[in-house]
Amino acid sequence: MSRRTPRVPPIISRVTTIVCLLFAIASSVHGTDIPLDQRRSGYLDLGHDSKAMQDDDTINPAALWVQDGEALWNQKTGAASRACADCHQDATISMKGVAARYPAFSVARNGPINLEQRINLCRSEHQQAPPLASESRELLALSAYVGRQSRGMQIAPPDDSRLVPFVEAGRKLFNRRIGQIDMSCAQCHDDNWGKKLAGSLIPQAQPTGYPIYRLEWQSLGSLQRRLRNCMSGLRAEAYEYGAPENVNLELFLMWRARGLRVETPAVRP
Amino acid sequence: MARPLINVPAKVKRGQVFEIKTLISHIMEPGFRFTTTGDKIPRDIVTTFSCSYNGEEIFRADLYPAISANPFFDFFTVATEGGTLDFKWVGDNGFSETASAKIVVE
Repeated sequence: MSRRTPRVPPIISRVTTIVCLLFAIASSVHGTDIPLDQRRSGYLDLGHDSKAMQDDDTINPAALWVQDGEALWNQKTGAASRACADCHQDATISMKGVAARYPAFSVARNGPINLEQRINLCRSEHQQAPPLASESRELLALSAYVGRQSRGMQIAPPDDSRLVPFVEAGRKLFNRRIGQIDMSCAQCHDDNWGKKLAGSLIPQAQPTGYPIYRLEWQSLGSLQRRLRNCMSGLRAEAYEYGAPENVNLELFLMWRARGLRVETPAVRP
Repeated sequence: MARPLINVPAKVKRGQVFEIKTLISHIMEPGFRFTTTGDKIPRDIVTTFSCSYNGEEIFRADLYPAISANPFFDFFTVATEGGTLDFKWVGDNGFSETASAKIVVE
């Protein structure tokens, strides 16, 4: 008769591990903010080639959209037959710093609007033109061109008390567990940045360079496209483009990144 | 919509090696992908790129489906005399795009 040491069946030990893991995650549901001096742009974690791509406008594929944006800026459109340049003149002067302070409060919408929504508001109010579709080449081109004028400037969310409840709503969403995976944005980007998720580095999610040329997309894309990517990664139903939830998240993220430099249009893997 | 972006130095010395950079907007759809309803997305790529210097071809490349969207070429040549660099991209579905750049040799 052999003496057998009692051992825990593998299934129970596995369940215990999972429970412990879940407990560890649960104990950090409310992510603590990253200290201001530890915030870093995803640029710093890029490989040498991607950095070179972002740094040189003759290599950065996003330059193709910026070029389109400049053409659209000067092109008359809509029933009013007006170009952006007819009101705002030279974008390199008038649009300097604009992207660094968006989303901003809109009286018409009684809430925050992002840069893309501002462009479409201008189209409907002043150009009497139909709105450009989300992620359309034209809208990305215009937002990249406007964003480009703020490159190198510090992100400066407006000091507007009307925005406070919306920033808080964005923060709440950032910390809220969603989807079948049941995780919040903060669990990765506040609590575990710098570590790996599968083979990829977890960034801090600082929106310094939107719209970005994402190598995975083989195209330019907005911050909301990126947010929706993360949501579907969590197997949650992503909020629609332009939904207040997405704008609030954008607003919170820009507030969270205050003081970091604008890199638009950035390159990311 | 976007015009190709060409980057060459405005002036070079005779005999000097100089760099030419080109970037063109193209989706480079490889033809191996399917839509959510199972239909094949047909191939749509740039197949050839060439550059000529005062009418003489100095660079040519064949492109294949594994090449990323918005293909970028970076190559070098020797400055012989001033003139024009002509660039041509040819692709599927009758795609054809040209661009040119002036160069001064002193």
